[in-house]
Amino acid sequence: MAEKKKKFEQGAVVTEPGSSRKCKTGDWRTFRPVIDQGKCIKCYQCWQVCPDAAIRVDEKTGVVSIDYDYCKGCLICVKQCPVKAIAKEVENK
Amino acid sequence: MALLEIRLHGRGGQGAVTSSQVLAIAAFKDGKYSQAFPNFGVERTGAPVESYVRIDEKPVTLRQHVYDPDCIIVLDSSLIDAVDVTKGLQKNGMVIVNTDKSANDLKKLKGFKVYTINITKIALDVIGKPFVNIAALGAFCALSRQVSLKALDRAIDELFASRGKAAIAELNKKAAKAVYEAAK
Amino acid sequence: MKKVIEASDAVAEAVKLCRVEVCPMYPITPSTHIPERISEFVANGEMNAQIIDVESEHSAASAFIGVVASGSRAFTATSSQGLALMYEILPIISGMRLPGVMAVANRALSAPINIWNDHSDAVSARDQGWIQLYAESSQESLDSIIQGYKISENKNVFMPLMVCFDGFSLTHVFEPVDIPEQKKVDSFLPKFKPLHWLDVKKPMSFGPIGFPDSFMHFKRQQQEAMENSINVIKKANSAFKKSFGRSYGSGLLDLYRMQDAEYAVVAMGTACGTARVAIDVLRKKGKKVGLARVRSLRPFPEKELQSAIKGIRAVAVIDRHISLGQEGPLFTDVRNAIYCNDIPINSYIAGLGGRDITVKHFEKVFTDLEKGKQKGEWLF
Repeated sequence: MAEKKKKFEQGAVVTEPGSSRKCKTGDWRTFRPVIDQGKCIKCYQCWQVCPDAAIRVDEKTGVVSIDYDYCKGCLICVKQCPVKAIAKEVENK
Repeated sequence: MALLEIRLHGRGGQGAVTSSQVLAIAAFKDGKYSQAFPNFGVERTGAPVESYVRIDEKPVTLRQHVYDPDCIIVLDSSLIDAVDVTKGLQKNGMVIVNTDKSANDLKKLKGFKVYTINITKIALDVIGKPFVNIAALGAFCALSRQVSLKALDRAIDELFASRGKAAIAELNKKAAKAVYEAAK
Repeated sequence: MKKVIEASDAVAEAVKLCRVEVCPMYPITPSTHIPERISEFVANGEMNAQIIDVESEHSAASAFIGVVASGSRAFTATSSQGLALMYEILPIISGMRLPGVMAVANRALSAPINIWNDHSDAVSARDQGWIQLYAESSQESLDSIIQGYKISENKNVFMPLMVCFDGFSLTHVFEPVDIPEQKKVDSFLPKFKPLHWLDVKKPMSFGPIGFPDSFMHFKRQQQEAMENSINVIKKANSAFKKSFGRSYGSGLLDLYRMQDAEYAVVAMGTACGTARVAIDVLRKKGKKVGLARVRSLRPFPEKELQSAIKGIRAVAVIDRHISLGQEGPLFTDVRNAIYCNDIPINSYIAGLGGRDITVKHFEKVFTDLEKGKQKGEWLF
């Protein structure tokens, strides 16, 4: 029943940055937002409102995509999109 | 009857906790002692969740987590790939799975007494919505024979009808009965 | 009426049955269901009480003072950091000799952030003049609230009382609970009769300064009240049995299979339920083992523990809290109490921050005692 003490950093300090990347929250989704690239006007409002910074914008092309590893399916982007280019679909689990 | 331990697997929002609560009430209505509790984690919609029930002839004083259950109820078959649903399950333990597949198709559950029932379909037919949490208990009643369908009905009434949700209670009772018949 | 409910529901039912008049509350996990349920009772007209939505636990405790000082029955509930925020007010309530009951749904104190059960919140507040009862079951949580007002409002006591019950391990556990009839509770628990109360027709001052020439006298009165409470707790427990058919050991100490025991475990709260199962298993194997469950940490049942431990070969104490830099506080108290018994006593720290305490843990502890191991450890 004895446990190694080594792996517990003093004060529970997380000593390396970016560890939240390891916590992939994509499997929280019940619904999945899907972008219709034909309709997208690249206004980036979805990028602005996404609470999880899970909307990616390609630096060269400006094309918007969703990082499903982190998107929790809150669908704020669906609501925000002024041209209804983002659809809500049932997540297939 | 010795202590019976049940673990329910569901996804956040599916009602696994309510389900365990109803089962504990039903067992109590059948004159047994019972205890139900959720896995005390950080709850969120869609994430795998567990809840537990203990049923015994004598008062349940055991307070540790459930480590080696006698019965597993899986409300969402996609969980079989996501979590180890048979972890700690007793050798001759029973697994009830809500799925359209047959027991033979569920390779990960080999070696256990597996019962598959399409509870979602029954719930959609009877309730009109995929509410499987209470309906699934019908299968437990039929297969374990530890809790009667009558007691389950009374438990559903206690939880829903007494809170002014008589219509929901009726639909759940109907669905539970349909699942009970299908499982028999 | 027997029903399968959560301990949180059971506590709320008890508060209703005790006809509590004012509840200043600030919800915090895992005690949240208590204010939720009480709010439902009040909204539905089932309970004639005033709920005060305060802005913090500090304010909840402060409002508690005002309520009791004006002669009404008060209740509040909290957990963990919530109790810590009340800390400044705790000794003021007891120092002003204001009776009333607070439910503490025991939860670890941060850091690291942790919402799960241990006893660090309440145990570390044990010196603030509150009687502390630790419950083992939902039923006991309910019953302790009713007994709690009876004890706290006794004229020889007039000290506030905490009913401590394990967060999640009780607050969120559904199990059969016998909810007593209102009539029976009414005859068991008469209306609160304060010694002094604030009234515009008869002005008084509450909470003045106590200079060095008087301060110690007031503290001694409080200590005497605590000593008086030992008998009051016992009497409340036996009177409760007469009225409701249930009691919890002597009221302060609850013994299980101790009569012919050679080895004993001392613990508090829900871990004791698991200990009972372990003891039954070991007894079947011929081991003479038993449990002494401390129900009342303050006042501490020193004399009772001494006689309970007579004839025992070795004792283990399970603490769900550690006084950092020293040891488990329950261990300290138990060792003090049985100092004259002169037997080995081991300290085990277990169940911190929701870490499960299992039958296997108790089996290990009893094996340690049997083997004559002289030192306890942390149980992971």
